[in-house]
Amino acid sequence: MIAIFLTAILTENFILCQFLGICPFLGVSKKLNTATGMSLAVIFVMALATAVTYPINKYLLVKNGLEYMQTIVFILVIAALVQFVEIVLKKFIPSLYQALGIYLPLITTNCAVLGVVLLNVEKEYTFLSSMINSIGGGVGFLVAMVMFAGIRERLEGNDIPKALQGLPVTLIAASLVSLSFQGFAGVVEGIFGH
Amino acid sequence: MAENKSLAREFSKGIIKENPVLRLVLGTCPTLATSVSVTNSIGMGIAATLVLICSNVVISALRKIIPSKIRIPAYIVVIASFVTIVQMLVKAFVPALNDALGVYLPLIVVNCIILGRAEAFAGKNSVPASFLDGLGMGIGFTFALVVMATVREVLGSGSFLDGINSLTRLFGVESFTGFHNILSDPIGIFIMAPGGFLVFGLIMALANKVAEGKGKPKAELGGCAACPMAKSCALIDSKDGCPSTVKEGSAE
Repeated sequence: MIAIFLTAILTENFILCQFLGICPFLGVSKKLNTATGMSLAVIFVMALATAVTYPINKYLLVKNGLEYMQTIVFILVIAALVQFVEIVLKKFIPSLYQALGIYLPLITTNCAVLGVVLLNVEKEYTFLSSMINSIGGGVGFLVAMVMFAGIRERLEGNDIPKALQGLPVTLIAASLVSLSFQGFAGVVEGIFGH
Repeated sequence: MAENKSLAREFSKGIIKENPVLRLVLGTCPTLATSVSVTNSIGMGIAATLVLICSNVVISALRKIIPSKIRIPAYIVVIASFVTIVQMLVKAFVPALNDALGVYLPLIVVNCIILGRAEAFAGKNSVPASFLDGLGMGIGFTFALVVMATVREVLGSGSFLDGINSLTRLFGVESFTGFHNILSDPIGIFIMAPGGFLVFGLIMALANKVAEGKGKPKAELGGCAACPMAKSCALIDSKDGCPSTVKEGSAE
């Protein structure tokens, strides 16, 4: 269990190792507070999406031999779920809505959320493992976003060659961060012995 | 005559001038993930192009029927259906590609190029124009992927078009399996995640340099206009402002 959690955060980090959720990674990581808010919303939606799609997949799709409907069902469930959460938060917990709500519409099309759900199915995880993998993936998303927001704040004041300004230098910085995460390869297996 | 010209422009703009990956900065996730080999990127490009053309045509044909309030969910349903069809076709005819692309094949659903074109173009234009827009954007996407994959595959695994026979097999050509041993000592990091970011960054810099030479503005992330969720994005109204429209350095 702990191995799945740590693997999801470090060695299989969604952003830096699996290239899922690059758009928000590049778009929302300019400031620390937006990066944190977005990531917390992602963790929340990922956990919720897994909790809802797991029973749907197991008791509705697999049971009736409808596995080929996974993609279409999952994306619709996620989209509906995000809308629903937004409405509920707005009505009942306005303070949380203020903090996370504004990021919710962006999350529907975040490939990390659909990605984690599909990966859970692909790896044939149990419900508990799926939940841990999703939350771990979300925490990994948070770690990468927060780290990268810090780096981008440092990048702003520097003298960068003109053609590299903006997106290119951001990607090259992402490359270096990703390189450091490659160092975690083998760490989890080393600790838990696979 | 004038109409033919404008249709031709809808087709050609996607390839270079408004290249979805290098100019509009859409669909970065599949670009980074599938550009490890040229064969994968051609396969991904073709699959995404098929989905893009079909969804563009259907959405354009239905544009007067779909109420604007629920258009995003409606677009997602159309796109997801075509992705499922393409997924089945790939599984049946090119199983090797299905294994290589893995989860990224169903993830075409959330590829922002497709939803982005549905929202920005197909929902407003005629069927033939949307068809050509989809075809052009698809070719532009494939082109950008292949350029990136060429750099990464040659440097990272020392081969070019490795495993291409899994695709050409469909046309009865099976003998050619690509060029091997181009580099005696390949630099493995290029086919790993950091190499993907690095090559993408450098190619983006090159594209900016070329665009600058022609007096065009350089590519910026999204610029909320290109983002399919722009209209429902509440960040615009919040005090932080939409992150991708805040200019570098003006945040303070």
